Amino acid sequence: MTAAPAPRVSRLLAQPEARLALIMVLVFAVMAALAPERFLTPQNATSMAFQFPEFAILALAITITMLTGGIDLSIVGIANCCAIVASLLLTRLAPGAEAGVGWLLLSYAAALAAGAAAGLFNGVLIAFGGLPPILATLGSGLIFTGLAVALTGGTAIMGFPASAAWLGNGSVLGLPVPLVVFGLLAAGLSLVLSRTGFGLKVQMFGANPLAARYAAVDIERLLLRVYVASGMLAAIAGLIIMSRANSAKADYGQSYTLLAVLIAVLGGVNPYGGYGRVVGVVLAVLTMQFLSSGLNMLQVSNFARELIWGALLILVMVINTRTWGFRRLRRRLPTAAPQGETR
Amino acid sequence: MTDRQPLVVMTGVTKTYAGITALDDVDFVVRAGEAVCLAGENGSGKSTLIKLLAGVEKPDRGVISLDGVPHAAMTPTAAAASGIAVIFQDFSLFPNLSVAENIAFGAELAEGARFVRGRHVRELAARTLERVGVPLDLSATVGMLPVAQKQLVAICRALASEARLIVMDEPTTALTEREVRALLAIIQRLKADGVAVIFVSHKLAEVLEVSERVVVLRNGRKVAEGPAAEFDARSLTRHMTGRDLAEVGAAPLDPSAPVLLTVERLSKAGAFADIGFTLRAGEVLGISGLLGSGRTALAKALFGLVVPETGRVTLDGREVPLGDPLRAAGAGIGYVPEDRLTEGLFLTQSILRNVGVGRIEAHGRGPFLDMAGLVEDARDWLARLRVRAPDPEAPVRSLSGGNQQRVVLARWLARAPRILILNGPSVGVDVGSKAEIHAIIADLAAHGLGVIVISDDLPELLATCHRILVMVEGRIVEDIPRMDATEEGLARRLAS
Amino acid sequence: MSSLLGRNETLVAGVILAFCMVGALADPGFLSIPTLMDLLRAGIVLGILAVGVLVVLVSGGIDVSTTSLAIVALYVTTLFVQNVTPEMGWPLAFLLAAVVGALLGAINGLLIAGLGLPTLIVTLGTLSVFRGFLLTFVGSRLISNLPGGLRDFSRAMMIRGTNADGSFYSLPWAFAFLVGVVVLTWFLLYRTMLGRQVFAIGGSMESARRIGIPVRRVQFLVFVYVGALGGLAGIIHASLARVANPQDLLLNQQLPVLAAVVLGGARLEGGTGTLTGTLLGVSLIVLVSNSLIALGIPNTFQSIVIGFLILLGTGLPAWQARRAQRRAA
Repeated sequence: MTAAPAPRVSRLLAQPEARLALIMVLVFAVMAALAPERFLTPQNATSMAFQFPEFAILALAITITMLTGGIDLSIVGIANCCAIVASLLLTRLAPGAEAGVGWLLLSYAAALAAGAAAGLFNGVLIAFGGLPPILATLGSGLIFTGLAVALTGGTAIMGFPASAAWLGNGSVLGLPVPLVVFGLLAAGLSLVLSRTGFGLKVQMFGANPLAARYAAVDIERLLLRVYVASGMLAAIAGLIIMSRANSAKADYGQSYTLLAVLIAVLGGVNPYGGYGRVVGVVLAVLTMQFLSSGLNMLQVSNFARELIWGALLILVMVINTRTWGFRRLRRRLPTAAPQGETR
Repeated sequence: MTDRQPLVVMTGVTKTYAGITALDDVDFVVRAGEAVCLAGENGSGKSTLIKLLAGVEKPDRGVISLDGVPHAAMTPTAAAASGIAVIFQDFSLFPNLSVAENIAFGAELAEGARFVRGRHVRELAARTLERVGVPLDLSATVGMLPVAQKQLVAICRALASEARLIVMDEPTTALTEREVRALLAIIQRLKADGVAVIFVSHKLAEVLEVSERVVVLRNGRKVAEGPAAEFDARSLTRHMTGRDLAEVGAAPLDPSAPVLLTVERLSKAGAFADIGFTLRAGEVLGISGLLGSGRTALAKALFGLVVPETGRVTLDGREVPLGDPLRAAGAGIGYVPEDRLTEGLFLTQSILRNVGVGRIEAHGRGPFLDMAGLVEDARDWLARLRVRAPDPEAPVRSLSGGNQQRVVLARWLARAPRILILNGPSVGVDVGSKAEIHAIIADLAAHGLGVIVISDDLPELLATCHRILVMVEGRIVEDIPRMDATEEGLARRLAS
Repeated sequence: MSSLLGRNETLVAGVILAFCMVGALADPGFLSIPTLMDLLRAGIVLGILAVGVLVVLVSGGIDVSTTSLAIVALYVTTLFVQNVTPEMGWPLAFLLAAVVGALLGAINGLLIAGLGLPTLIVTLGTLSVFRGFLLTFVGSRLISNLPGGLRDFSRAMMIRGTNADGSFYSLPWAFAFLVGVVVLTWFLLYRTMLGRQVFAIGGSMESARRIGIPVRRVQFLVFVYVGALGGLAGIIHASLARVANPQDLLLNQQLPVLAAVVLGGARLEGGTGTLTGTLLGVSLIVLVSNSLIALGIPNTFQSIVIGFLILLGTGLPAWQARRAQRRAA
């Protein structure tokens, strides 16, 4: 740790998080320079703080599954499905706009339970069914979306009590509620990953699933918990989306899957598993939001934004794979390890 | 023999991986029609030498000449084109393709065929199988074949590609004595055709009789070379290890030591049958057998990784639930796997984490993990096993084979198991570390642990065990006390 | 026998049969030539796309960008023909679309084979890039007045007839393209060394490398081929729909296509998969999509059914592999 100054800088930059911090500052600077009168305003800061938490929370869900070498492509389906569960409870069982805070909390609890159940479904498929996470969650995502459509007939559900707006639009101590929620979840996930046995096991499993099995790690339970956590994070994101839109619909947030994967990869999470830090994901979220809001101000269309996100995802992968080169080979070629010599 | 054309000449070849010298200034010659034994312990550099020959790796220094033409950068294609075929230990076959296609694939590729010539492929495959003298279903899927037949397919593939030099990596480990005889007969015929063969092995006695020359590597250097007639099993061992194996056997077992583990009628179709034995506290029990004899399946079954159909395992009089590694570990059984790199280690993770992963539950503090405690515990075990790790936070892959093995050992010892199963404890470990690992085994036994050592390294078993069980085709055929065991006798029993 | 019973193909064929029986019971007119023609027609575009995705899965990858690519190819081609060569006949237009598709596929190929990036993430990225590029830089306007050549093609019928009850039925010549693609792909996969190399790479990439297969080149060509098929499927889709829509709903067919392929027994791990299985998978998906409505089940349940089919198609071999492993171990 007492290296000479020059190598220390290069070693620092070898870390994806450090590189990302640099990129974030650059993006901020560029956007600020391009449109200082609109970008550098308190209004813009506030609007950004309300915008990003919903997909940032989805990115946390992707992060935890990616750490195990898996992925959860059903998060948007889960988010919408859970929002619809909550909104149906509010509008059909509860007296809609007149419903009290008790009903609201109950609907949130129902949404969280639905998210956990959906995650459990994924977890069972992956841990006990042995399905590859990509296909398991693609399939289950369709099912969740289908359920959401079936429950609503494809229309938006509206008519919530005024208190429902707080989660997406309210403020506490001058901070937007969604931002606070994201902050708490990110801090919580970071703590879980770095300070609990579960978090350590997630990373070890991601690094080498077979060795985890041989080290008597309870893999099935681990995977169940990971996908349940992912489902519950998606449910929270769904509730924030619902609150901000003041409605719930089966096809909200269609582009969020890509965005969430992009953020996780941008944040330095290794899609092959075993490495990833929440700090990186938070930096990636901020970078994306600066970029997104800058593009907004430059009146870049939604389509162009889609193009930029896709291109960015690939570009980040190209840069990051250089550090992962070794791991990639190992993972792809499980039989490549020479049996005898280890040199 | 020296009048024959040199096929391959390697001069001053050196190769380093991440600062470790795997091959150091080695000269090596193979002539047409001769068989050469390339001997060396695991870690001596033989695998590296093969990789250079096959063009999979490039030497840092030195020249490789094929038919007198020096190649600065060998490629797999150049090696194949000049008739070098390597049969790796994992055979490198395509599990999803048929026997015929696997055999003919390389040849068709080399001929630059654009289209599949179905009849040609089948004829070529049938012809080569005939040369080997073993009938195989040409349309069987290779992934479904037993190990020995896979090896035959691999040999046939080399023959089909008109190989002039066949390198066989540990060719006899998977074969029964009869199959070894058949293999040697084939080799003799190949040699008469002018094909050269390199046997790469750490157990060469079987192939000495068909070989002309022996080359011994140790720690990346060539330490001996000469006509095969001048070597025997004992002198090979001496050259490979650099000393006469004078390891003392296990300390005598206390006759009053209580029985720790009882295994009764453990069976699993296709793997092992009717296994029964006991293990006493402080006893080191060896289980030996050829590859495919069921030794590894049995070891995994004891640890719950393989589910036996019938049988009982009791530890300290309490039954151990079968087929669940978690509960086996909970009952006090530890398992150090055979393939350290894929099964044992989390290569990219830190050394401390690799040790600590076994004891995560024990360091819980409420919902959180007592990181300091975990790290301290791990450091303690690293010190106790004398793991030479300059930076315990560094990824475990930066360690040498011997130290890596001790990391896996430390992980299990930290859990204070009653029984430790070591599958191939010194595979890929240098000679010095091997002796130290043997000392650790003796020390563990002295502290009352029951140790099961699974190995096909007979000297290792003789150096560590009180008793050796011999497995043949899934059954324990003999239970030999250490004092009655000799290397020759064991080898004979194994191959029966 | 047990191996035949355990195969995805057998299962899917059984489900198709059961489905047809239920269909016939619910609607006596179900088992008729017009229904068959409707199903065949609906399977053309889906089938061509599925054959492409099958090749990727056999090589050990996954491609979720094919429908996006198909839409770019159909729109760019239509725009070009309309503005530059309005008199161009459909064969050249089809070729043009296939070339555009192949070029886009080459982008996937370069990133995956050339740089070694994971296939899911690359194609997830290019899915957006293709679409975003099209709508930003090429155009977002719907072309409903197709060039003459494409209109001619859509009117060319292979089979035309009148049913006993006087209803018309027909099958467009486009169906011949599906047949052609299947035959060509069968030939490439089973009769050329390149095709065998695709299987070999999917079976064991390391073994392929050791035996001297140019792994990267083969992977690259796989994505180029899939791109060309995607372009072809796109232009056929446009001419049959008689509209070139840059925001075509064909985009949403990606998951059904993938479902068809995994139902047919192709595995994400690579090395396995058959054209028969894929065609059966496509048949089932088309049957499900078309019949749920006929059977009075609301459209909204389609995605649920397709989701279940994906899970079933992947779950069955995964479960069998587990059992086999447990047995052998």
